[in-house]
Amino acid sequence: MKLIDPFRDPEPIKSAIRHLQPKAISCADQLGRPVQIMEVCGGHTHTLFKFGLPELLPKQIEFVHGPGCPVCVLPRAVIDQAIALATRADVIFTTFGDALRVPGSEHSLQAVRAQGADVRVLYSPADALVLAQQNPSKQVVFFAIGFETTMPSTALVIQQAAKQGFENFSVLSHHITIMPTLRALLDRDDVLIDGFIGPGHVSAIIGEQAYRDIADHYQKPLVISGFEPLDIVQSIDMLLTQLVEQRCDIENQYTRVVKSKGNQAALNAMYDVFAIDSEDALWRGLGQIKDSGAPISNAYAHFDAAKRFALPVQNQEIDCSGYCDQVMIGKLKPSQCPHFGKSCSPQQPMGALMVSTEGACSAYYRYRPLMENSEVV
Amino acid sequence: MASELSKETLTSAKQNEKKKDLITLAHGSGGAAMAGLINNILKPIFNNSWLNEGEDQARINMADLLADLAPSDQNRLAITTDSYVINPIEFPGGDIGKLAACGTLNDLAVGGAIPRFLSVSFILEEGLPVERLAKMAHSIQQVAEQEGVAVVTGDTKVVPRGAADGLFVNTTGVGIIPSQRSLGCRYIQPGDALIVNGQVGNHGAAIADVRDGLGFTSILKSDCASLNNLIQSVLHQFSSVRCIRDATRGGVAAVANEFAQVSECDLELWEAELPLHDSVKAICELLGFDPLHLANEGNALWVVDSSEKDAVLAQLLSHPLGRNARIIGEAKAAKSKPRVTAKNALGTSRIIDLPVGELLPRIC
Repeated sequence: MKLIDPFRDPEPIKSAIRHLQPKAISCADQLGRPVQIMEVCGGHTHTLFKFGLPELLPKQIEFVHGPGCPVCVLPRAVIDQAIALATRADVIFTTFGDALRVPGSEHSLQAVRAQGADVRVLYSPADALVLAQQNPSKQVVFFAIGFETTMPSTALVIQQAAKQGFENFSVLSHHITIMPTLRALLDRDDVLIDGFIGPGHVSAIIGEQAYRDIADHYQKPLVISGFEPLDIVQSIDMLLTQLVEQRCDIENQYTRVVKSKGNQAALNAMYDVFAIDSEDALWRGLGQIKDSGAPISNAYAHFDAAKRFALPVQNQEIDCSGYCDQVMIGKLKPSQCPHFGKSCSPQQPMGALMVSTEGACSAYYRYRPLMENSEVV
Repeated sequence: MASELSKETLTSAKQNEKKKDLITLAHGSGGAAMAGLINNILKPIFNNSWLNEGEDQARINMADLLADLAPSDQNRLAITTDSYVINPIEFPGGDIGKLAACGTLNDLAVGGAIPRFLSVSFILEEGLPVERLAKMAHSIQQVAEQEGVAVVTGDTKVVPRGAADGLFVNTTGVGIIPSQRSLGCRYIQPGDALIVNGQVGNHGAAIADVRDGLGFTSILKSDCASLNNLIQSVLHQFSSVRCIRDATRGGVAAVANEFAQVSECDLELWEAELPLHDSVKAICELLGFDPLHLANEGNALWVVDSSEKDAVLAQLLSHPLGRNARIIGEAKAAKSKPRVTAKNALGTSRIIDLPVGELLPRIC
């Protein structure tokens, strides 16, 4: 905790906010409207709300909560596939904890577990291999989701399973990549985003240069940020500085973790096991996004649970409450959605943004500014 | 009856049962095996005259119930019951026996009651080592003895393998609330101080740690403890305590929300003041938990009239179970629907709701 505490110390945070205030005012004056900053990653959304930063920051800054919560964008069709596997008598289905509550077409994994399916929560995919070893008469399936952050660990486990010749281990993979999605967002003509706070953990793997397109092609500044409040305030300051100076660069505030070239060993494992950006993927709320899917490559097809169990092809329909996509591109604030806090709450999530603690709607619900409270309770 | 057996038979039977034996369905059948289990294992552990009478119910004289309390029409009987199903049965800082005794005694004490008697019921899974049962019974008795309470009646049932998880325990506690004491969350007033007597979330974090093998076991222990002595020491001196509630499942957040609803006051918690073990902070950061949602088993939320808050705090700090006590917030007049908020070091606030469902770790 000694590593974290200095980044939560109120004085440096307040001083950094005072420092960026004139820049925010000047940017907003230039634009004739508030500055819109998208924090791509759900972890950043969580920090913003947990520490109440929007209350402290100048009102000339507005946040658009981005699509970078892998649980939130899990399509219903993939949950249905997971349930189809989990309810087989010969399968032990393993998953990260927060995928349990995500609603599929009819059920969630949590609901089928209550009905008797063998669904187990893991902290690391490596634990799934241990389970496979301990249960030779069962098929152990690992539900692999997430961006480049979790992809290397899935890749390493698949490599290990191949090396050791596991016959009862496979992976239901719905890994997706972040850049195609940011491109898809920026290609829309109804998005008013002035700059990005770039994801910290994803960047630790893919490095700084992966975002080049955002600055060069789309002319937007991006600052890779750490997850503590001081990190975020500093990153906002760096973004505003670029805007004031009318620059568009990829900058890195999170230098204590993110190296310019990323993590080569992790990238090697990833590119060995996954066919990165090779097919379109379905995102809940956003629909089909070109090249954002990273299926298991042919060399490791043996460990692809969708192939091993001959799962039907995913239903391609766009699923959301009708408003999720507008929240995800920043057109609506979560509390402006007609379902928010009424028919959609963390207890009964309709859309996936309400499921994970890092989803914009769930974060909004849990940490909503007190002034908004009276509307939603 | 234990008393009818010779000492030698008793000792050898005890050793036999303890060392090798496993609980079988026969131990719940009402026959000799059950009698052996009760008479040779359980009765000698809980040993007291009420239990040893061997009737279907413990028969308690009114005088024994009152003990050294002055008789009064205003004395009240307090009864509480709770079941314990924790997995794992033994954990850093306690076991299901200690938990079952402390939990029920705490539920009596937080209401201002002086605990007097306990009942204990075991639901045993076929295949449980008898030795394990004896160990848990000893844990219960150890707490009972320390608090001057007798286990006066009980029950054992055996269910087939798979129908329970090792053993489940139910305890019921009986105590007396002396005439002059009146605690309740309806007495909470704006301005009252909120105090915790110990570090927040240690039990919940310790259990998550052992269940999931996070590796903090050497430094983090459950706070499982009987708060009876601590509570009596405060209530004996101060009449300004409005209410106390042990912050078990749902943690401080759940208790604070219950207090807010009943009292119709807002409760403001001060995050920077929460006494937190470094390992709990780390586990919460790793898994995305809020320490306010984590269970405690030896930590209560106290609401105290602000005029005596410092004196009550000083008294808590002087007791081993209160040495981490801290004033962590205050009650305020509710502007609309009463709610619980947490103010952080930056001065911003967030709403503290009840936890939603089971606590699920996040992936990244």
